[in-house]
Order: sequence, then structure tokens, then C-alpha cells
Amino acid sequence: MTVTPAHPFEVPPGLSDAVLERARRAGCEHAELRVERIRSQAVALRDGELETAADDVESGMGLRVVRDGAIGFSATVGRDQAGAAALVDEALEMASVAARATRARVELAEEPGHGEVEWQSPFRRDPATVVLADKVSLLADWSARVAAAPGIDHVSASVLAVTEDKFLADLAGTVARQRRVRVHPRLEAVALGEGGDFETMRTLGPPAGRGWEYLEGDGWDWDAELAALPGLLTDKLAAPSVVAGRFDLVIAPTNLWLTIHESIGHATELDRALGYEAAYAGTSFATFDQLGSLHYGSPALNITGDRTVEHGLATVAIYDEGVEGQRFDLVRGGTLVGYQLDRAIASATGLGRSNGCAFADSPLHIPIQRMANVSLAAAPGGPSTDELIGRVSDGIFIEGDKSWSIDMQRYNFQFTGQRFFAIKDGELAGQLRDVAYQATTTDFWGALEAVGGEATYLLGGAFNCGKGQPGQVAPVSHGCPSALVRGVRVLNTREESGR
Amino acid sequence: MSLPRPQDVVERGLAAAGGEPCVVIVDESHEAEVRFANNTTTTNGRRRDRRVVVVRVCEVDGGVAAGVASASGDVDLDEMVAAAEADARSSPPSPDAFPLVAGSAEAAFDEPPGEGDLGAFAPVLDGLAEAFDRAAGSDQVLSGFAEHQMDTTYLGTSTGLRRRHLQPTGAVQLVARSTDGARSAWAADATADLSHADVATLDARLASRLEWARRSVSLDEGRYEVVLPPDSVADLMVDLVNYSGGQDAEEGRTVFSAEGGKTRVGDRLSEVPFSLYGDPAEPGIECAPFLVVGASSSEASVFDNGVDVGRAAWVEDGRLANLRYHRAGAARSKVRFVAPVDNLVLELDGAVGSTEDLVAHTERGLLLTCLWYIREVDPKTLLLTGLTRDGVYLVEGGEVVGAVNNFRFNESPVDLLARTLEAGASVRALGREFGEWVNRSRMPPLRVADFNMSSISAAS
Repeated sequence: MTVTPAHPFEVPPGLSDAVLERARRAGCEHAELRVERIRSQAVALRDGELETAADDVESGMGLRVVRDGAIGFSATVGRDQAGAAALVDEALEMASVAARATRARVELAEEPGHGEVEWQSPFRRDPATVVLADKVSLLADWSARVAAAPGIDHVSASVLAVTEDKFLADLAGTVARQRRVRVHPRLEAVALGEGGDFETMRTLGPPAGRGWEYLEGDGWDWDAELAALPGLLTDKLAAPSVVAGRFDLVIAPTNLWLTIHESIGHATELDRALGYEAAYAGTSFATFDQLGSLHYGSPALNITGDRTVEHGLATVAIYDEGVEGQRFDLVRGGTLVGYQLDRAIASATGLGRSNGCAFADSPLHIPIQRMANVSLAAAPGGPSTDELIGRVSDGIFIEGDKSWSIDMQRYNFQFTGQRFFAIKDGELAGQLRDVAYQATTTDFWGALEAVGGEATYLLGGAFNCGKGQPGQVAPVSHGCPSALVRGVRVLNTREESGR
Repeated sequence: MSLPRPQDVVERGLAAAGGEPCVVIVDESHEAEVRFANNTTTTNGRRRDRRVVVVRVCEVDGGVAAGVASASGDVDLDEMVAAAEADARSSPPSPDAFPLVAGSAEAAFDEPPGEGDLGAFAPVLDGLAEAFDRAAGSDQVLSGFAEHQMDTTYLGTSTGLRRRHLQPTGAVQLVARSTDGARSAWAADATADLSHADVATLDARLASRLEWARRSVSLDEGRYEVVLPPDSVADLMVDLVNYSGGQDAEEGRTVFSAEGGKTRVGDRLSEVPFSLYGDPAEPGIECAPFLVVGASSSEASVFDNGVDVGRAAWVEDGRLANLRYHRAGAARSKVRFVAPVDNLVLELDGAVGSTEDLVAHTERGLLLTCLWYIREVDPKTLLLTGLTRDGVYLVEGGEVVGAVNNFRFNESPVDLLARTLEAGASVRALGREFGEWVNRSRMPPLRVADFNMSSISAAS
């Protein structure tokens, strides 16, 4: 369904004032109303045929209140006055029911009212206004180009696009109207070999907080990537299987962003470190008592949380608890110096103001602590990727993310990738197959010898970071340069399967 | 907000299509949940949701195409039908095209949607309040989640079909940790009726496991005999079915591929005559007897909405029995169409015994009470990686003798079936990893040889 500008996102006049006043009179310490419309499109082609065309508009409103130290939340798909008034009563009833087992008061850290705020992410063409036929046509062209190359047996191409309109009003006086647009195009090719063998390879272009223009080359050179992919894939199919052992790794940002996400992004969420995700997403080895002292990694490790970076998937002016988007340090010179905070956690730990890490993926979901764009800083004037490779006598260069997994405390991780090149005496020496790298977080980042310069820096990310119960997904970006990590354990995945 | 009756939404949508091929689905949902951590409730919420899906089928050059529009709330059906029709008319022929399912209105179609009942949480919360106090008094902290959802689905087609299904879903999960973080355990119950959830029993199970963990044992990575309780088995079997696409297998890109564009259907996966199946009539885990599809894929088709769902055997007598296709794909591949089911059962006919019985039969091995962060590593073998979590125990001489450090595993559920030494009786299970999406499963405990623990995890 193509939604045109003739369908603006509107919130009925006076709706939020009435709801917030009702909550205030009911004695709520805090109340925030979100009214949202989220337009999502998924288009997928398989071998050039249209396989999936899903087009969804989710709309509704959710009210979170805090009264007598207990949280209540209620949400509905409606956007009318009567429904909004009922939300107050239902949220309060929920808070009362939960109070039967509430043993600790919830307090929210102070946040000033920001008045009227209007903001939208930078984009030129809202993907929701692009007709399906044009989307199919572009993906079909991409598919045909790759499928025509020798050695390619199958091609899948897809795009996910989201246009998120969000209205937020709270008792502190913030009234924010914001629009975020994001797209994620992908193409994966399959090459079949002898005896049932096969390999796959996917484009490395990251998801971005951009509009449809991204697929037309604004921000990523898709033409070059599609031209190179078939040759790289057939080379991979013919490549030798890796010999397991310890290797120096040069990791491109297209792979490293995910390692940062899992081993630093989630580990520095303070709700996890304090046990609030113990039943689901897990806790963190980076416990609160180690703030300011934990040696997270080598001095080359400098990590920030950021809601302000252009085209970031978690970039926004006002986050879901009415908190202004900020930029803050998490790891400086290898030492843990900060956490990601929502308002309840900031208050409970006495850390002062929240740094704006709360988000709900739907008007029907309650905001929970979620990740900012957590990024690894480049070295000013630092080395190129080739120069990093030049420092390695026997190692592996890794590009593109694929499989990922990490334990409940963010210690033990295992990642694979899209492409692995042997490094011999400072130069690439052909591809390898069946590679996975496995490490403990602090060992891995402690072995970070160098990061690349600004020219190697790239903003990677994902649409689907999962957390919370009921499960929520959040978009998030991670910027990083290329990096050199010494002596990492590399597995042969074929041997791991026992075959 | 007063929304129109879901049945009226279905009829208005079909009317907007003017008698042309069309499917309208309305899913009415009432959900509530209480989340807790550190011995107190944290985020508690409730929501009313209504999702409407319109599938419009049109003839296009060279075949038939479907356009799909979905939206929530009080939707504009004329607009949705027009949008779906525009998408269909501008699309190439759909590879999953098949005649819409014909039929008549079943009597239950006219019944109202199910309602959520916040009162069902009262006994759970009272149980939690007692458990919190006990935990606080014994140097422990409890975390977890209690949820209940009532979904009512209405489906109508321009070919006369009118179906309704009411699906209650609920679960309670608890994690207990010692305050020093050194010991932890997880337990869960899936139930259609939250008032049947027994927090006290779960709490007692956790207390017992924390006692086991008072002795800790450090073990190296390697291959171990393991006992997998039903919850852990559920997580591994869910992935086995998830990766059983027929078209993927024919294209040579899965563990179920055979050479020459063939599949391994009929191959023996295990000498143990397991059955892995779904069945909407399975006692205790009943689910929708008809198919509801909101978006097409290589294995599911919006054209198949409303088709009857029966017993779907994925593994029968230890052999791969069927792969997942939509009707058009099955017809193209000349295989029997087997509609997927919203539940999953692994069963060994005649098997008896519990997890505890299998532990008693284990000379030396590990008891893995739950698995976590399971991801595919290599599709050729369906090698999965993941971790143990909140409870790995050493078994010696048929008894648990202590808690063991956590591990990362690299294992294939297909190979695992072949290495099964013993299976117990199947019981209701809830996977730690996938239970949110597959709430309804019945699994046996399994004793398996040579489980590959690839490395140690320092997590505790």
C-alpha cells in the first residue's frame, strides 16, 4: 500500500492535553502519551520473481504512568478522545494490579520539558511514497545483473523500509512530533559446487537512516558492489577450508559493527548490568561497581553512545521518555567510563540525568531501555585498511556480518562473516571458507592493537535488535573503522559439525 | 474506542472488492503482562490490538498476482482494498498463485472475540509476592515474566469461506539467582490459562537447582554425553523445522538437499524412530485448524489462507517425512502439500520416563536445563551455535553432583537426533530461546552422546 502525502500523520487536537490532565488529577508522578503511525514495507524477489510484498501501517497510542512508585501502561489501536481517556484508567488499573508484587518504588530521573519539538531524519524520498512496481523493478534489475554472471545459481533480493511518525507529550511539557525514515536493501547470491557443496554471499551495504535515494546510490555504491559480488562468491566456493588456530584479524567495519553491538553495546546497558534483564536478554560482565575501573580493552578502544549522528538508525531528537538525544562516552582509552541509561535506572543509581536510552518499537509497547548508536572511534590520521593488513604476517581479513551469538553476560561470542581473506606477509592471499571467530569480550578488545583512520570509518547496523518481554525490536547503528586484533581463536565450522 | 465488529470488517472488505477474488483477515488481540526483576515488578502493560489484512487477487499479464495491505485499528477498507488491488495489478505473476480456498461459513464465525482478564494475574502476582519475600530472605533475587494473550482470528474469502479461531496463550518464566551472581536457575510453564500457572512449584524447582549449584565444578570444552530436558529439546527442534523449506532444499542450499535438485525426504535421520509433527488437535496444545498467512514467502502463501490444517509430519519413524511448501510450490514439485501447524511435538512411541529418570541412567554427563542465543552457523549441516545458561549440572553415577561452568555449543539438531541414546515421555515444554514464538510444544527429555561444547563461557 503506497501511502501518499495526502495522508498526513495527525493527532486529534487536544487529545494529549486531556489525557495528561486526567493523569495529573489521578495523582500520577509521571505520564507520557505516545501516538504513532509506523509504515513498514518488505519486498523480496527470489531469482527475479516477486516472492513477498508486505505493506503494513501500524497505528495507535500508548500511555505510561507512574503512580505511587508503580508503573502502569495501556495501549490501543485507536487515536480518539474516548479511547485516550480510557487509557488513563486502564494504565492505573495495571499499576494497581502489579502493585501486589511491587517491592521497590520506581522514580524517574528529572528531565526538563522541551516544549514544542519538530524533527525529522534526513531523507530525500520517503520510501512509503515509492510505488511497489518501482521497488520490484529496481530489485529485479539488481537480481538480473548478478544472476547473469557465470557460476551464480540463485539470487535473492529484498528491501525493508520503515517510515515512523511519532508524537510524544508528557507531564513535563514536552510535545514532540518526529519522523524517522530507514531502509535496508540486501542481495544474496548462491553458488553451487560439486557433491552438494555450496556457498552464499550477501551485499555489505548497511541499513541506513536514509530514504529511497539510498538504493539509487546516495550513500553506497551498489553498482560497484553488485558487479564485484559474483566473482567474489565463485572465488569463495573454490577457496580452501580454514585451518583452525589463532590468527591476527583485520576486521572491516562491515563485520566489526556487530561485534561492537553484541559485546559493547548490550554490555553497557545499565539495566542489564543491574539485573533487570536477567530473565531474558541477560546481564553484563561490566558490573556497576567497575564503572571507572574496568579495563574493557586496549587504549585504542574509545566508544561513544550517540543519538545525534546523521543517518544513524537510533538517532532522534527526543527519545521515548521525553529525553533529549545526546552523545556520551562509554569507554575511554580502554576503560569503562559510562553506561546507557533510561530515566528509572539513572535515578536508581544516582547518576543524574538519563542519556536518553529508552524506546518502544510500537505504540502498543512500553518503552524499555534501548541502545543508542554505540560506535568505536577512528584514530585521527590513523592507518588505512591496507596498512593494517600490512602489519600482519599470518592472519585473516574479514568483511561482512553473518552468524552471531553471545552469552548471557556478554563474555563469550562467536561470529562468522561474508568473506574471509588469508593474510600472508602483509598481503591478501585469496579467500578462505568455513571461518568463525570466537573470543571472550575483554580478551578480544584487550588484543585490539590498532584502529584505522577516519577514511576506514563506516556506519553499520541493523533493524532488528531484540530485547525485552514481550519482545521488542529496535533499529540501531554502529560506526567503526577497520581494526587489527591479535591472536584470536578461529574455528573451522565444518570441523565443528563433526563432519 | 469502539471498533466495528470483526465479522463486519470482513464482510465490508469483501464487499469493497465487489465480489472479485479477495481475502480479509481480522486478528483481535488482548494482551497483558507483568515483568519483574530484583524481587519486584518492573514494566507492566496491557494492550488491545486489531490487525486487518486484505489480500486482493487480480489477473495480470501471464498469470495471477496478489496484492496485500495490512493495517491496525479502525481501518478504511475501501482504501485498503484499492491499495491491495493497485499493488496486485502492478505486480508480475505471483509464483505462489493458487485458487483461493472455497467453503462456507462455520457457525462459530458469528461469535464475539475473546476478552482478556486482568483478574487472571491475581493468583500469579500473589504467588510472586510470596516468592519475592522468600527469595529476599534467602539471599536470592527473582526475575521473570508472566503474560497472557487472547487472540481471535476471523477469516473470510470471496469464495464463501468464513472461519474463526480463538487462541489463548500464556506463560510464566522465573529466574532465580544468588545475590552474588554465582548461581542461577530458570524454570517456566506455558499454559493457555494463567490461573493454572503454579508459581510455588516453579519456585521450588528453582530452589532445588540452586541447592545443586552449591558445589561448583570446572570442566573443559569437549564432547559430552548430555541430558536435554524438554525445554531445551524444544529450542533445537524449532530450528530443525524452521530450516525445512522445500524450495531451499531443492535448490541445494540446506541440510535437507540431495544432489540433482532432489531433497532428502525419505532419508533416515535417526535410528531412533522419532516422530516430529504438528497437529492442531494435539491435546493441551490445540491451535488453529486453518492457515492464516499475512505475507507470502518461499514456504507460505497468502493464496493459502483458510486451508485446512491437519497433522503435519516432519519426521516419521526417524525418517524425514515432509518439507515445507505452499500449495503452488508443492504442486510444482509434485509433492504432498503439508500445511504448517502452530504447535510442535517430538515423540518416541512408547517412551516413558522423565528428565530425572534420564539423569538416573547417566553414568557421567551434563544436564543442560536451558539453551540460549541459538543461531545458524552453517546451513550445509544445519550447524547451530548457542550457549548454556542458568543451570548446567554435572551428573555422575545417575545423580546431579554440582553445577558446571557454562559452555558455547556448536551442534546440529539433525545430527543430534542420530546420536540420541534415550528418550523419555513427551510433556508440555517451553523453549528459553524460541518459546515466545512457539508457545505450544510437547517434547521428550533426551539423552544424547558427544554433544559438542566448543568453548567455555565465563558467564555466570
